[in-house]
Amino acid sequence: MTLDLPLIWAGLIAFAVLAYVVLDGFDLGVGILFPLIRGEPHRDEAMNSVAPVWDGNETWLVLGGGGLLAVFPLAYAIIMSALYVPIIVMLLALVFRGVAFEFRWKTQRGKFLWDWSFAAGSTLAAFAQGVALGALVQGIPVANRAYAGGWWDWLTPFSILTGFALVIGYALLGATWLIWKTEGHVQRRAYDIAFWVAPATLLLIGVVSLWTPFLSGPYMARWFAWPQVLLVAVVPLAVLGAGFLLIRGLTERREIAPFLASLLLFVLCFIGLGISFFPHLVPNSVTIWEAAAPDNSLSFLLVGGVVLIPIILAYTAYAYWVFRGKVNAAGGYH
Amino acid sequence: MESLDALTLARIQFAFTVSAHIIFPAFSIGLASFLAVLNGLYLSTGRAVFLDLFNYWKKIFAVAFSMGVVSGIVMSYQFGTNWSVFSDKVGPVIGPLMGYEVLSAFFLEAGFLGVMLFGRERVGPRLHFLATLMVALGTFMSAFWILAVNSWMQTPAGYGMNDVGQFIVTDWWSVIFNPSFPYRLVHMVLAAYLTTAFVVGAVGALHLLRNRAQPAARIMFSMAMWMAAIVAPIQIMAGDFHGLNTLEYQPAKLAAMEGHFETHAGAPLILFGIPNAAEGRIDYRVQIPNLGAFILTHDWNGVVRGLNEFPPDQRPPVGIVFWSFRIMVGIGFLMLGIGIWSLWLRYRRALYDAPWLHRAAIVMGPSGFAAVLAGWITTEVGRQPWTVQGLLTTAQSASPIDAAAVGASLIAFVVVYFALFGAGTFYILRLMNQPAHGHEPGLPAEQPIRAGGIMPGPVMAAKNALPVAE
Repeated sequence: MTLDLPLIWAGLIAFAVLAYVVLDGFDLGVGILFPLIRGEPHRDEAMNSVAPVWDGNETWLVLGGGGLLAVFPLAYAIIMSALYVPIIVMLLALVFRGVAFEFRWKTQRGKFLWDWSFAAGSTLAAFAQGVALGALVQGIPVANRAYAGGWWDWLTPFSILTGFALVIGYALLGATWLIWKTEGHVQRRAYDIAFWVAPATLLLIGVVSLWTPFLSGPYMARWFAWPQVLLVAVVPLAVLGAGFLLIRGLTERREIAPFLASLLLFVLCFIGLGISFFPHLVPNSVTIWEAAAPDNSLSFLLVGGVVLIPIILAYTAYAYWVFRGKVNAAGGYH
Repeated sequence: MESLDALTLARIQFAFTVSAHIIFPAFSIGLASFLAVLNGLYLSTGRAVFLDLFNYWKKIFAVAFSMGVVSGIVMSYQFGTNWSVFSDKVGPVIGPLMGYEVLSAFFLEAGFLGVMLFGRERVGPRLHFLATLMVALGTFMSAFWILAVNSWMQTPAGYGMNDVGQFIVTDWWSVIFNPSFPYRLVHMVLAAYLTTAFVVGAVGALHLLRNRAQPAARIMFSMAMWMAAIVAPIQIMAGDFHGLNTLEYQPAKLAAMEGHFETHAGAPLILFGIPNAAEGRIDYRVQIPNLGAFILTHDWNGVVRGLNEFPPDQRPPVGIVFWSFRIMVGIGFLMLGIGIWSLWLRYRRALYDAPWLHRAAIVMGPSGFAAVLAGWITTEVGRQPWTVQGLLTTAQSASPIDAAAVGASLIAFVVVYFALFGAGTFYILRLMNQPAHGHEPGLPAEQPIRAGGIMPGPVMAAKNALPVAE
């Protein structure tokens, strides 16, 4: 039996990136919404809802990056050089927001600084990730196993749009997460915000989706060639369905449904991206098989992945279970 | 600025970000184990003072750990941004090891950190102890894998080449357990323990100077001094073995460390001097004849190879390596001195009534960090001009990125790290300045607190509405 190891690994890396986007997405979203939540106790409550889990969420980003280096070193080398500026900005922004989780509780006088650091860092990290995604989608020139463009090529109207779209999308995840995990003032505020960012997210998904096929010929063929249009059309239809569930959940004041519908939206968009990309890792230039490390590197790490990823998922689920239910402003650590 | 090319800037950037990062793991590896020991002592003895100490150091651990996490995420992307050719060529070898680090270490730390920090009341003392052990195990596993990667770059083994110029693996066991790995792992883990011990010792000493009756301060200080007395001599021996390994596999690095420009029989041990690379000699040197040969070859007249045996473009910069090595060794012997001093006072039953030892311990508090940084500078600069010893040069490893981009990101890293990690260090020092009193975490009732510890579901809300204090 021969396994197509590069394909399996492409699936695993995609899973890690998706896990990162939905998990860190909601805790970055809480940071993005921080300025809209007034009053210190309410901000404490919002931050507390993600404090025990943000670190684990962000580890998926390390798995995405580290995994890419391990199994697709060529793609890692090209993408990181091409997206140099957005990646560095994202890393620095993540430093600002990451330390705020601890520093904010260590000072009264300087607390506003760390509120600012948390909000600005989260927003900028989300924006940089969106820009990086847009820059990847629009294509990266490659020559002789290396990036062959300039260091401002990533900056285009399309990548700016995807940057804004991801900020709004994460804000939606954050708002619906807060609806689920908080009550009282913060929850009411989160409903108000969600009523704005939910339609905005749907609108931006629509604009980005319609723009993408016009970026390059292969995308257009992928989405509109007959008869596969019948197959891929399922994705945009499902997006509409998830959008409907989201809006209905919000108008009916459901607590969990809006968050689940938002997650579904992200999963569907991710599947849409996968349809656009496949079989390339670097769109239109490097395929999964061209970028893959030799098979014995892939199989060596796969053994660990097969054993450890289910264990990781199990204890991550356990940690979420330990911190289930609503947050309240009492308890003991800081 | 014109003399700084993209390669030099990328090297400065990597040196800066990795040095800033290693400070936090060096502390958290030791501190995680210390927390596990405190938690275990509390569970086995039931003495409240151990829980107070646990909660006291837990807060400091959380701040240090958060800085370690965010500076570590930067590292996992630095290979690609500034060293993309290195990543492409070496990725198939070191990538899977770093993948294992993420899978077996980072997730373990991150998954159980929340439970360790917030979850004691939710999961009960036994599961909470398990979570503490898992965090400690995670920090160790992280050290294991990352040192396997670094050691492979120092003493590569078990590899081949493919037709696109990538390193490929022929034997994973040889890659991981490459010749320098066991020595480096032992040396670094002991360094982390010593670093933490001297920080804990300094905090204990500070509070003993203010009030020598405090039980918590006495326990901290006593545990730290046992560590100094036991681990410092072991570390010196481990370092010596590591040096012999370097002599065998990276003789140019060792010659730079020892300051030997010329090969000669019965080489002296140069204690101090000013390396003069232009003239190829050590000026103003203080040396012990034949001792260098004896330490390195176990023969008073043994031959020690000098830098003259290597082509000029394959010699590491002598000045940096010579000095950083001496700083590390000097601190190691000072640590040993503190350990011996504490043993003497302990024998005299005066460990807690020795203000001069306490003052010395405070001065030595940050010494572990200096020694760790000096040691890493020795081994990394000593490997130059190579990234993978003898196989891939640093110049061949860099990304095709403009100097302006690398320079701008370097400035951004320096500014952000100094501002944020400076603030974090200030908060840690402020926490350390407070004594470990009873009823940690001491929480003013009116102040909103991080709620992680208790997030009761609606049904449990009524039962758990009040903060639970030990």
